[in-house]
Amino acid sequence: MVSTSKQHRTDMARARGLGAAHHGVNHFIVERATSVALVPLCLWAVWAALKIAPSGYDGAVQLLASPINAVLAILLVLVSARHTSVGMRVVIEDYIDVKTTRVALLLLNTGVAGLAAAIAVFSILKVALPGLAGH
Amino acid sequence: MSDSKPDAAVSAPVVRPSPLSPHLQVWRWHITMLASILTRATGIALYGGLLIVALGALALASGSDAYATYLGLVGSWLGRLVLFGITFSIFYHLAAGIRHLVWDFGKGFEPRTANMSAFFCIGFGLAAAVVVWLLAVMTGGA
Repeated sequence: MVSTSKQHRTDMARARGLGAAHHGVNHFIVERATSVALVPLCLWAVWAALKIAPSGYDGAVQLLASPINAVLAILLVLVSARHTSVGMRVVIEDYIDVKTTRVALLLLNTGVAGLAAAIAVFSILKVALPGLAGH
Repeated sequence: MSDSKPDAAVSAPVVRPSPLSPHLQVWRWHITMLASILTRATGIALYGGLLIVALGALALASGSDAYATYLGLVGSWLGRLVLFGITFSIFYHLAAGIRHLVWDFGKGFEPRTANMSAFFCIGFGLAAAVVVWLLAVMTGGA
């Protein structure tokens, strides 16, 4: 039985989990919103990399001592983690047809991106806030 | 569906293979195809780039010895080759992303425009990567 006039899927198809999950619009918006944010953030990242490349440990610590740089570094990591995990999801869904492998890789993708973001954000905060870290 | 048969309701879902795009080998190579493949490839490379950045932050937070080890790795011959690839990936993917945002507004699909923008993105990625590495050499960071 068709539930409402707007839904063309049968109840059985819905119960079996077939068809769209209706996350497509969110995916589309997240992909694009993060990409716009990453334009300035990536340019900042290249600038920061050039700045700390010749100056060793002290130079890198000094860069993150600036609140603006620390915040931009955190934003860079968070926004790129979101953007790359959303992008990698498409790659996995495109190429991996075996359901168990696909689900495993999708979970791994979310986990790796989340772990990278958590490690980076904590590390940046630790360097930027030496007083709190007990140095 | 008003009256499906009871046994049809409990049977296993019909497994339909995912639709496949036309196989790569039937196409003559052209630049928009290269641009499309590069967008995906550089996106995957930048996943690695994110991990390299996260490892760098972790090394920095772990102290000067750990950070020196990290600098030794990324400063090696292989490390610098990877970083150059990441630099190209950043600028190519950035330009290709803007190309996609323009497409989202329904513009730029004419073959001539699409070819030109693909060519521009690849050229921009290469040129910007070379400029950044020249700057790195000049400032003693390469």
